[in-house]
Amino acid sequence: METGLEQKYNFDVVRWFTVMAVVYLVVGAAVGVYIAAELAWPFLNFDIPYLTFGRLRPLHTNAVIFAFGGCALMATAFYTVQRTCGVRLWSDKLAWFVFFGWNLIIVSAVITLPLGLTEAKEYAELEWPIDILIAIVWLAFSFNFIMTLAIRKTSHIYVSNWFYLGMMVMITYLHVVNSLSIPVGLFKSYSLFSGTQDAMIQWWWGHNAVGFYLTAGFLGMMYYFVPKQANRPVYSYRLSVIHFWALMFGYVWLGAHHLQYTALPDWTGSLGAAVSIAMIIPSWGGAVNGMMTLSGAWDKLRTDYVLRFLIVALAFYAMSTFEGPVMSLKTVNALSHYTDWTVGHVHSGALGWVAGVAIGSIYHLMTRLWHTEMFSEKLVNFHFWTLTIGTVVYIVAMWVSGIMQGLMWRAFDEYGNLAYTFVETVDAMHPYYAMRTVGGGIFLFGAIIMLFNVLMTVSKSVSSGSLQKARLATA
Amino acid sequence: MAENTPPKGLQDRMERNIWALLIMVAIVLSIGGLVEIVPLFYLKNTMEHNRYPEIVWSKVGQEPIIAVGEGGALKANWKPGDGMRPYTALELAGRDIYTREGCYTCHSQMIRPFRDEKERYGHYSLASESMFDHPFQWGSKRTGPDLARVGGKYSDEWQRAHLRRPQALVPESVMPAYPWLDKASPDPATMQAHMRGLRTIGVPYTDADIEAAPAVLAGKTEMDAMVAYLQVLGTMVKLDESKVYRD
Repeated sequence: METGLEQKYNFDVVRWFTVMAVVYLVVGAAVGVYIAAELAWPFLNFDIPYLTFGRLRPLHTNAVIFAFGGCALMATAFYTVQRTCGVRLWSDKLAWFVFFGWNLIIVSAVITLPLGLTEAKEYAELEWPIDILIAIVWLAFSFNFIMTLAIRKTSHIYVSNWFYLGMMVMITYLHVVNSLSIPVGLFKSYSLFSGTQDAMIQWWWGHNAVGFYLTAGFLGMMYYFVPKQANRPVYSYRLSVIHFWALMFGYVWLGAHHLQYTALPDWTGSLGAAVSIAMIIPSWGGAVNGMMTLSGAWDKLRTDYVLRFLIVALAFYAMSTFEGPVMSLKTVNALSHYTDWTVGHVHSGALGWVAGVAIGSIYHLMTRLWHTEMFSEKLVNFHFWTLTIGTVVYIVAMWVSGIMQGLMWRAFDEYGNLAYTFVETVDAMHPYYAMRTVGGGIFLFGAIIMLFNVLMTVSKSVSSGSLQKARLATA
Repeated sequence: MAENTPPKGLQDRMERNIWALLIMVAIVLSIGGLVEIVPLFYLKNTMEHNRYPEIVWSKVGQEPIIAVGEGGALKANWKPGDGMRPYTALELAGRDIYTREGCYTCHSQMIRPFRDEKERYGHYSLASESMFDHPFQWGSKRTGPDLARVGGKYSDEWQRAHLRRPQALVPESVMPAYPWLDKASPDPATMQAHMRGLRTIGVPYTDADIEAAPAVLAGKTEMDAMVAYLQVLGTMVKLDESKVYRD
């Protein structure tokens, strides 16, 4: 292993983001499993305001997206940019400001959301003072990243950094515009926009939180950690250029497909759907580019557990980026919209792709950052199977319940009356809601195993003095 | 690759210059949003009331929705079907509770133009029907039924009993109970501040509407506010089956 890296780079802030990402993965998944159980067994709401589904669901989404996803992105972006530029972060102080600022935001979310302090826009629920803090910390994160690229020692900017950069710019646009609101109290504000315009802006944000935060950013991860773990160069440079620019240009248009057949003008929804279909091509190009990086080294999948996470994540990426465009078609959307099919689609992306690629990258980082092997390889393998099986159980349950509910809503009897009352469809969902809770539970169990394995690895590194040794080693 | 080879085209140039890459990315990322969002603010056919002005209450912004008369008696100037108007202080308090409790995570307020939705929920929703909704509450999931036209479908007493214990009325329901709504009351000064805030972003409240808030809220609980909000949903506009509101 190379020596002198600990002196050359700022790995401390990466280490903290890495461990916090795993902590938040457990927290976010645990809240998710709890609210899934509430839908199956509503007594779990316990008549306590802070525990109701309506207040905890935003906590779940914010925890997994911004706490887990955010820490994973910041850990990997700060690591990747240093390694691929051959320089230390532009500012250590700013990096620590980002770490503490981001965690302060997460703590404020954990407090305010169960209290019912919300802007009531999905994935943008946090109230205006926290929104301002998010903007400041996000810009500090982006600025430090861009300045590190500016002072790089390499001639070219590596592809991972393009994706991270695209995410930073787009999330700035989205967060600022979608959060524009008029404060009417310390923790109460109303969106500046109303009705149709608000809906379009919200889903422009909503779909691109997925497209940029959870896709472009995590593709940045993929383009660094897959080649590193496989020890081979990216399959195709050309494909990565096409993948990047097509994704940057195209993803932005997709939000309108969330509003098919609503009061949003038809032209907007159709435009969104048309671009959605076209997006299959760059998305699959990217997935192929990642997978084919293993070309000639497929045998590694048999022995390398970390690589398994990364490659299965790419398979889920390919699947969800096919499913998404199909669901954006008007005829399919007429059935799928408002049902659990959407929830299943999101989770095949979130559990399979986002969590999969982040977890793979974190396992890769663990050994580099703590200069030791994982506490247990067996547990990494075990985690891989819980993630895969848990995700599949979850999405199968949601496919069945979603399609069934959509069909029940539109069913007519022989006299031309609605065949089912609404509550009959709710009743029919029960077994699938229970099954979804089990799938989520299996995923959560794996996440807890991971946290244990990560903490034991840290403790092993500390007690054996391997991190200490690396810090003292001279280059 | 050596530093001194000349750049081979635009892509190569951007890969060597972070500022060029940053500017190009910033431009490419802005196009889709601009094309899809900006026209919604100026295209007349986005909002149906540009074609059918009767969708909006003719006295909106000029006369108070509820006036406080002699001896504090409340007199409504608006009746259901008169057209779109801002929410009263009580309804707005209910709407604040609706967003606080995250009702939108399970209930939509957007009826699509399908036969089954017409049978189940009523006439499809118009864009103009959420013109005063900051933020919109169209929702994305129907774990429970759509509420866009729930107003007047059930009695006030049914709504109260249902919010206190949904399973008492609908045994298969998975909705949480909201018994705490009976225990708290909306604060008049807070609601006035909320109305003033909404007025600054274009909701046409009159001074009299804001002044009437304490009288409108007198003796009302959060439960009363919630029920008032639910009962007004979808009742403002009288829709004409013979008219095509959307092409």
